Amino acid sequence: MSGAGHEDGDWEGYGPQNPGNDNGNGNGNGQDNGDGKAPGPGEGPPRIPMPRSSVEDTGGPLPESPDVLPVASAPPAPPAPLVLEHDVLRSLLGAWALAACAPEETLAVEEHLGECGSCADEARRLREAVELLQRPEPLDLDPTLRTRVLEGCLERRPPRIPVPEWATPYDAETARLDALLQDFGDAEWHAPVRLRWFEGDEQTSRRTTVAGVIAHLLSVDGMVAVALGLDDPVTGEQRTPQATTPAGRTEAYWRASYFPPTRSVRIPWREQSHNIVRTVSFAGDGSGRLPVPYGDFELPLHDAMLDRAFECWVHAGDIAEAVDYPYDPPAPRHLYGMIDLAARMLPEALAARRRAGLAAPSRTTRHLVPAGEPGRSLRLEIEGSGGGEWLIPLDSPAALPSAAHEVAHVALDGVEFCQLAAGHVSPEEAAAGQDGDREAIRDVLFAAASLSRM
Amino acid sequence: MAKRDTPPRWDRKMQQRLARGEAAALGELYDRFASLVHGLAHRVLDDEEAADRITREVFAHVWQHPDAYDPKQGPLRSWLAALTHRLAVQRLRQTETAALAGTDADAPEATGGTGSPRALEELERRVRRASVAARADYIVTSMPAPLRAALELAYFDRRDYRQTAVDLGVTEAEARRRLRLGLQLLSTAHDTGAPGAPPEYGGAV
Repeated sequence: MSGAGHEDGDWEGYGPQNPGNDNGNGNGNGQDNGDGKAPGPGEGPPRIPMPRSSVEDTGGPLPESPDVLPVASAPPAPPAPLVLEHDVLRSLLGAWALAACAPEETLAVEEHLGECGSCADEARRLREAVELLQRPEPLDLDPTLRTRVLEGCLERRPPRIPVPEWATPYDAETARLDALLQDFGDAEWHAPVRLRWFEGDEQTSRRTTVAGVIAHLLSVDGMVAVALGLDDPVTGEQRTPQATTPAGRTEAYWRASYFPPTRSVRIPWREQSHNIVRTVSFAGDGSGRLPVPYGDFELPLHDAMLDRAFECWVHAGDIAEAVDYPYDPPAPRHLYGMIDLAARMLPEALAARRRAGLAAPSRTTRHLVPAGEPGRSLRLEIEGSGGGEWLIPLDSPAALPSAAHEVAHVALDGVEFCQLAAGHVSPEEAAAGQDGDREAIRDVLFAAASLSRM
Repeated sequence: MAKRDTPPRWDRKMQQRLARGEAAALGELYDRFASLVHGLAHRVLDDEEAADRITREVFAHVWQHPDAYDPKQGPLRSWLAALTHRLAVQRLRQTETAALAGTDADAPEATGGTGSPRALEELERRVRRASVAARADYIVTSMPAPLRAALELAYFDRRDYRQTAVDLGVTEAEARRRLRLGLQLLSTAHDTGAPGAPPEYGGAV
């Protein structure tokens, strides 16, 4: 979007030089009254750059005083009513400097500049001003800069109202996604995206657009907003729709609008995410135990915020893929929190699969493990930044994980594990190092995939 | 980016929230202005790391001295732009002067002045260019919206003035007038101490 270069050589030597107004900073002198702008500080001869480029799509007839305008190949214009000519041509100087005139007008202006000192001087100034319109391409900010800047600030002046630790992944991920959206044009906003997740061990998907994904995030973040007493984005007020699951809310939001979502969804999504962070800051650390209903289950607020941070990253990844941008994983400690949440949800997911007949009941142990007793466990080893080790109780969510009862060991890269839990990688394809009870490993990997949802 | 809050109201509330010590407000401030601040600093210093450092300094300054900004004096955006420009130019002078003197940039009193006059001249030229660009930014963002809209259509969207007139729903004469007036305003960026530039800019040159 840069203005093309200019070759001023052609323009040297026309027009009177410094037509009597070379006072540097003055204003309102001489011929250019009316707008109070002085012609330029006339150091040196006026060098007027050429127009940036020709405007292709012009060619409309000239409405005014066609008789004063020379034909392209004709010799200099015939004498014409001078006063009118000067005023009309002068009014064209801005458009001329921006290469926004018809070709005939451009020629006429340039003829005139050779004869009229005050116009030549203004033309040079306006042309130089056009160059100031050119902005440097906005650089992509290093996404880690935000954390560094904020932390630096908060060290120097501790906040009276801090953002709870468990809300910082959400704060960081929403900021990162918003920065990705920053320079999107309509083409990007309407780029197709396929949302993928697992349902009953089958990979499922739903087609939408980048704007549709943001609408989805807005709708589901809305569950947290509602739990905090903020307006529900799906209804636009405190009332919530009948659909209470993330997918149900999203479909309700998509259906509620006659037109598919556009870029206009960005502002409500961003305002809501800012409001959520702000509200939990005022509610304080203790608000983390507040229950957030997800339709068929509940999460305490501090986990719901981690879950929303995770979803934000996953869908930002979907969006980035759709528009072919790179997108990094979250900061290691945020990634750790997300993996930890998934690991903590695995026992319940295993139990749900077992109830649904999807996971085989244990064949090796016939007895049920009483609540609070150690039971068979799987060691989940997550490699890479944000990784760690988790012992997953296999027989019951209430059982205690136990290293003494470890029956299997699975090792996965942290991002791979998240892709699995997001339903982007199937349990069969997940690159996992495995050792021990095959069935237990299979059940855990499928349980991880079952954590995914729209 | 259009927001529901009008700028003066947003600015005032932001200033109050910062003064109250709300960390979430600092995050929102960063989200709205980081690319502006970083971009301006980068244009002056032409160095990623140095621009990062100025960005940290600017936000730290606002966070530590929220009362330094007075909403009555103008938009927060302009104030931040001026602060950024001032700090970046200061930094440029420090590093360049230190480089000329052959000492470390962070050494105190590194204003040796053993640099060649040509190098000093080049430094002043860079400072001047950056100041003109900063004033141009300021002028573009504070000029009347109809003028800015006309310039943007003609420059960024490459519309000719007739198309610009149609887009804006004004006469062709009015479109020509807006383009010319907009550029005339913008051209004052070349005048040092031009009226309309915030005082900080003048001081920075």
